[in-house]
Amino acid sequence: MKILVVAEQRQGKWNPVSFETLVAAQQLAEKTSSELRVAVAGSDVAALADEIASKRVKEVLLLDHSLLEPYTADGFTAALRQAIEQSAPDLVLLPHTYQVRDFAPKLAASLGKGMIGDCVGYRYENDKLVLVRQMFQGRTNADVSFAGASPWFASFQAGAFRADQVADRAEGKAPVTKVALDLKPEQIRTKPLELFREAKQAVDLTQAPIIVSVGRGIKEQANIQIAEKLAKLLGGEIAASRPICDEGWLPMDRQIGSSGQTVAPKLYLALGISGAIQHVVGMKGSRTVVAINKDQNAPIFEVADYGIVGDLFEVVPALIAQLEGGAS
Amino acid sequence: MKIGVCIKQVPARDAPLTIAEQGAWIREADIGFEMNEPDGYALEEALRLKEKHGGEVIVVSLGPERTKQTIKEALAKGADRAIHVVDADFYRLDPLASARSLAAVLRKESPDLVFTGLQSDDHGFGQTGVLLAELLGLPHSTIIMQIEVLDGKLKLKRELEAGWFQWMEVPVPAVLSIQSGINKPRYATLKGIMAAKKKPIESVERASLGLADEPTEKLERIYVPQKTKKTEFLTGSAKEVAEQLLEKLRHEARVLS
Repeated sequence: MKILVVAEQRQGKWNPVSFETLVAAQQLAEKTSSELRVAVAGSDVAALADEIASKRVKEVLLLDHSLLEPYTADGFTAALRQAIEQSAPDLVLLPHTYQVRDFAPKLAASLGKGMIGDCVGYRYENDKLVLVRQMFQGRTNADVSFAGASPWFASFQAGAFRADQVADRAEGKAPVTKVALDLKPEQIRTKPLELFREAKQAVDLTQAPIIVSVGRGIKEQANIQIAEKLAKLLGGEIAASRPICDEGWLPMDRQIGSSGQTVAPKLYLALGISGAIQHVVGMKGSRTVVAINKDQNAPIFEVADYGIVGDLFEVVPALIAQLEGGAS
Repeated sequence: MKIGVCIKQVPARDAPLTIAEQGAWIREADIGFEMNEPDGYALEEALRLKEKHGGEVIVVSLGPERTKQTIKEALAKGADRAIHVVDADFYRLDPLASARSLAAVLRKESPDLVFTGLQSDDHGFGQTGVLLAELLGLPHSTIIMQIEVLDGKLKLKRELEAGWFQWMEVPVPAVLSIQSGINKPRYATLKGIMAAKKKPIESVERASLGLADEPTEKLERIYVPQKTKKTEFLTGSAKEVAEQLLEKLRHEARVLS
């Protein structure tokens, strides 16, 4: 089998999820005696291609073109399609980033193929690749396999593999091959303008040792104050899952998850958070996780060290009472 | 402006899910269904654009008969008409096949804009908008947080990762996938519910669309994931579990002093 990993860079910096996907691909390549190539796309990215050539891959494909900066879905689809047609991989693996979500289904469809996106792992059994992904907001897993002829496309969720397990090449660097690209300005129909940050990040949750985080189970804005009180008593910061920030109950910079901050405090208390994958990817590195939720099947318990199945409006006041009692 | 909005009906958020015997879908009996929450934001954004700039909002949905209920809700909120692509076994379709089904009916409408939600709460692929753009030959942009209509084009605010945003210009016609939280979806009014009864719902059997059935992937089975972490569940009254928890955090996990 021939495997191609598409590594992601933005403005000359790697998206670190790229290396997690590379680890998945290295392990699969070893298991299946496959050839592994990695593609780097952008403008003036030869240095990045040279850097990744020290990893255990057979070849680095360099897609370097002035029309690939800034990123556009049209530009990346056209360029990667040409690289795929030239190098003919059987399996194309991508990190499941916002950028990949923006172009990869289109890339696959332009070749008449599908993509098994947002996978958390894979199994290779009886000469068949089975990808594992989550469904129903993480309440079930699903085994999905490819049908029809290759190339097959799949993307791996952040945190599915450990980037620090990436293997270096035993001897020298892999050859870097520049892919001949035929791109024209008129192929790119969208016009990216400036990048910006909404607000100064008032709070850097990544530095907080203790985080009390609220989800839909908090029910209304007025109830957030009990969580804030608990956070204060514990010496921690208040945070939330996406729906709470969407409602405007807490500012966006308090959001934990794939579209917010990724944190790994020593203590993470999840109050009324169901544990959808978009939230869990932002907090699963926490040292100790406590979940309080009414639904005993809530996926948040999958990552919890301590679980309380119950009403947070009873348990949180009891915690507050004890912490206040202990302080007096 | 003519806006097509793709909506999906999914199991209600609090519905207890059990896996069906054949193992590739859930048991549908006895659970409630609702509009996929991210699609509610897409619908609301389309309704607001129509109110500001005029035009028509057409909802398009793929699913079994039960989907009609969610389509009626969209009409009650203010969509003008609906196209229902009927397929009782929609859940076995891969994202490309689903998108081809929606594209087949959208193509005939030649809308100025096609909106989708970010992803569905059931399959959760989040591919439909991007696939529709490819299939309809239109430009697209995803994870949209704001839309300004300019002359013949749109100025869009896209959300990127880690708190970053980007302005984009996209020509019309285009396909946009709308980020949740872009607006506050309205509730249907009684007047809207009454008016919806007269609004047309066109039913199209998916099988009649003449699409080649060439699956690119196969959902083998779904199952409850095995726990990777051992969770210690604390039980008792609120006071008892609070006591136990603080004790554990102080002396077992040692994360509190």
